[in-house]
This record gives sequence, C-alpha cells and structure tokens, in this order.
Amino acid sequence: MSSNPIIQVKNLHKWYSGVHALKGVTLDLRRNETVGLVGDNGAGKSTLINLLSGMQLPTEGEIFFEGKKVCFNGPADAMEAGIETIYQYNSMVPTMSIARNMFIGREPMIYSIGGIGILDSKKMAIESVQAIADVDLHLRSPDALVGELSGGQRQGVAIARAMHFKSKVMILDEPTNHLAVKETQKVLGFIKSLKKLGIPGIFISHNIHHVFECCDRMIAMARGEIVLNKRVEETNMTEILDVL
Amino acid sequence: MAGLVFLVILAVIFQARSGGVFLNTVNLQGILGLLPEVALVAMGVTLLMICGEFDLSVGSVFALTPMSMAVLLEAGWPFLAAITVGLFVAMTVGLVNGVLTVKFSIPSFITTLGMLFVARSMTVVISGGFPPLLPLNVIPKWLFVTYVGPGDMFRVSFIWFLAIAIGMTLLLSRTNFGNWVRATGGFLPAAKSMGIPTKRVKIACFMICSLLAGFAGTLQVMRLGAPLPSIGEGLELQAVAAAVIGGTALTGGIGTILGGIIGATLIRVIDNGLVLSQVDANWFKMALGALTVFAVILNAWLRKKAKSIKVETEK
Ligand SMILES: Nc1ncnc2c1ncn2[C@@H]1O[C@H](COP(=O)(O)OP(=O)(O)OP(=O)(O)O)[C@@H](O)[C@H]1O
Ligand SMILES: [Mg+2]
Repeated sequence: MSSNPIIQVKNLHKWYSGVHALKGVTLDLRRNETVGLVGDNGAGKSTLINLLSGMQLPTEGEIFFEGKKVCFNGPADAMEAGIETIYQYNSMVPTMSIARNMFIGREPMIYSIGGIGILDSKKMAIESVQAIADVDLHLRSPDALVGELSGGQRQGVAIARAMHFKSKVMILDEPTNHLAVKETQKVLGFIKSLKKLGIPGIFISHNIHHVFECCDRMIAMARGEIVLNKRVEETNMTEILDVL
Repeated sequence: MAGLVFLVILAVIFQARSGGVFLNTVNLQGILGLLPEVALVAMGVTLLMICGEFDLSVGSVFALTPMSMAVLLEAGWPFLAAITVGLFVAMTVGLVNGVLTVKFSIPSFITTLGMLFVARSMTVVISGGFPPLLPLNVIPKWLFVTYVGPGDMFRVSFIWFLAIAIGMTLLLSRTNFGNWVRATGGFLPAAKSMGIPTKRVKIACFMICSLLAGFAGTLQVMRLGAPLPSIGEGLELQAVAAAVIGGTALTGGIGTILGGIIGATLIRVIDNGLVLSQVDANWFKMALGALTVFAVILNAWLRKKAKSIKVETEK
C-alpha cells in the first residue's frame, strides 16, 4: 500500500483559450518523496499545480489521489482530500490576524446552521498558537496581523496551517519568491522538516540549488511537457540546465 | 478612532455655541429620532466596503422600497404583505447589483451607479408622478416610529436600529461568514485559494446592504407619513463618508460596523449642530467634506502611530 503513488497524473492537458499550457503530462508522486519542479517562466508549472489544487479543471486527462480517480471542483475539494497548496503569491490575508488566517474557510464553530455559525474563537486562538509552535515559528501572539509579519514568517504560518489540517500532500509554488537569504533558509528548513514528518511534497522554484538542497526527485518542465524526471542522485545541475 | 474624537469635540463645541440647547432632551430626541435612518444605510455600506465592493444605489433603494410599499397599501394590500414586498424589492436590487458585478467582473462602482438611476426612475414611475397617500390607519406606528423610553427619548425605530447594529456587529466579528467577508475584501486571491465562495459572499453583502437601505427608507417614510420619490438623494455619498470617517478602508478588508455608526452619528450631529448654532445650512456639505478628508488623514496617522508603538514595545 505505502509503495503506491499518492498522486497519479495521467495525460493531463490544459488549454487556456488558445494557449496549450499543458501538453499531456503524466507523473507519479510517491509517498515519502519530495519532488522539485523546475522550468522556465511559462513552462506550465503553476498550471499543473492549479489542476492538482482544484483551482482549475483539466481540459483532458485524469488525476488519481490515493488510487481513486478524483475531480476537484474547487480548492475546498482538494483541501478536503488532503492536498494543501502554498501559492506563488501569499495565500494569507494581510489585514487579518494570524488566528483568523489559520482557519479561513475551515473555521471551528460552537454552533451552526447551514454552514454559517458562531466561531469558536477560543479554540482558534489555542490551536493556532500550537500549530505555529509545531513548526518552530516564534511569534508574539495569534492576534497579530499577518500584514505585520515578514515574508518568511507568513510562509511559515501558511505551512503551519497546512500541517494543522493534517495535509497528506503539500504543494509549494515558489514559496521563496521575494524572500531575503535568511528568510529563504527558514522556508527551506520547513520543506526539509516535511520530509522528516513523512509528508510528500512538490516544491517549485527557479533556484535549482534550493531544489537540490531539499528534494529527492527532480522534474523539469518546458513548454507544457515534462522533459526530465530523475532521482537527484541520478542527475546533476548541468543536465537540468541543458534540458530547460 | 478619529470619528469618536471628533464626536466628543463637536458635542462640546455645539453645546457651548448653542447655549446648552444641543444636549437637552428635545434636541437629543431629534438626533436620535433621525439617526437610525442614516446609520442603517451606513452599516450596510460599511459591510459591503469591508467586502471590497461599493453601493451607490442605496439612496435610490431608500426611496424605491417605501414607494413600492405605499403603492401596494394604496391598492388595498395589508400592511405586512406590502412591507414584505417592499423589502423583497430592495433585496432583489441588491441581488442584481451583486450578480452583475461578480458574473461580469465589472467594478461595483459602475453597476451600482447604473442602479442609482434605474431604481430612482422606477420610484418615480411606480408613483405615477403623484406620490400616493399613506393610509396612516393601517400602519402600526407603535412598531416603528412612536416615541418610547425614559422621557420619550427615542423612537421605536431606534430599538430596531440597536438590534440590527448588534446583529450586524456579531455577524461580522463572531461568525465564519464575517471571516469570509473580511478575507474576500482583504485579499481576494487568498480567499479564493482557501476555498471561500467569494462570489456568493459578495452577493450576500450586496443584498444585506440593499435590504438595510430599503428598511431605513421605510422607517423614514413612516415617520414623515408620505412617500416622496426624492427622499434619499445624496444619501449614498453620505453613507460612504460615514463608513470612511469610521475607519473603513476603501480598499476593503478593514473597518467595523461600530465605526460606520459613529460616522453616521457624526454626520447627524454636524447637521443638527450647525442648525442650532444658527449657521447658514449651506455650510453642512462643506463641513461634511472637510471632516471626511480630515478623518481619513487622522485615521491613517493613528494607525501608523499604533504600529510604531507596537514595534517599540516589542524590544
Ligand atoms: N489563467 C490563465 N489564462 C490564460 N493563460 C494562462 C493562464 N495561466 C497561465 N497561462 C498561460 O499558460 C502558460 C503556462 O503558465 P504557468 O503559469 O503555468 O507557468 P509557470 O511555469 O508557473 O511560470 P512561472 O515560473 O513564471 O510561474 C503560460 O503561457 C501562461 O501565459
Ligand atoms: Mg508559476
């Protein structure tokens, strides 16, 4: 069982009115494997991620999650299944507190009818403090606004959120974008800690050094296709730069 | 909050200038009697602005709703049915505003600007040019506009206003829906990627905003006893001013219902205070305009100040 791939993608195509952004992508994501996804601007990395996270529907092709065929009609479906995505832009609302951000769309409630109800603020405060401590992030208070955090801390909170909701797969689309060296190191640290926890992940970055530093497998994309898919031991930087 | 500071300062000034009339019972009665009408509109507009959208049609809905009710009452409908249809009309306007805005991804500024004219025009058309007479005997005045409380301090409408204000505050601060509203207005891509039905959240806010404006207009018509097709003109901008004075950000995500109420109170107080101080009434808009800009500047300054204090105490 544990040797089965957790995600299987078969012959995935995506057209954006005239643009063929994905041209038949097939790949397996194994359990206990962190995959690095690299490729030039416009190669189709984010498009692939958008299909896996339910932001968009594929034009053609199939996605299997834990062996079962899935059809994600929205991000909520993918999150429900256990796929957490941390986006290229920040998926935090800067004008809201850390505790509020942790639970956007998945608020614990004391009482509710038809999906709308009273927030369990106490639980939100306690659990967000716990979740943040679990990823070794040190923040003053769960009531601080996310807008007051540094870029690296924000990604840290996003990762804490994903961990808190027991994600089975973590997808990170350029989480180190716009981050300074020190902050980047923190985020890379988070990614390495995922591996220790046995959570498989897909990590997208333009910095091949970073990808080599924390991934087990390299996948390179160019013009909507996968052009290389090897374990890190079997490849090297020059080969990857060559195919791109 | 800048609004609160202004409120206290103005109360003191007007009290002095009017020789003590400003804070006497009769005058407070006047302010509190009118306040619910503006404040209800301001609350709805505040909620919608927090959600990241605008509604310029509230002034027209303010007139259309009671006019629909009055026309039906004149045709012999019972009160409850007529007011229900009136409020239903208001919600439908909100629904149309919301659906047009999110389905076609156009700025709500445009959608509701169009609706401002459409709803106003409909008001005049259904009134047939002559405003119908409200059959006063069928309106349960005791439920809406009669004076109550110690010394007949306020009208029943004030109790409606308080209840709705508390409900709206709780909705925004204590429910998951409120969380979604803030997230949608605060940063739309993040809200979407967390699986929030942002389109439906926006449409719901448009509908609540319209409903409150319609109810407010209905209160005013019951107070005046006649549905004039011209009521509520310019109210949309007063409501935006109230929201902004109360600390709501035009960019969405930031603001409170209480802030909107304080802003609305401030506007009523200026209007009333200028009259009492025997200042030419034409100064009202000037004062309102200056106050709006000044309040925003002060709010921005206070926010920066608060941030720097936080940073200092962190060390
Ligand atoms: N929503 C969209 N509508 C239309 N075209 C799109 C959309 N999203 C992506 N594309 C197009 O699809 C192609 C792949 O884009 P994608 O964002 O997947 O690239 P990427 O590999 O993530 O690039 P980057 O490294 O710059 O993030 C590009 O040609 C892009 O212009
Ligand atoms: Mg991308």
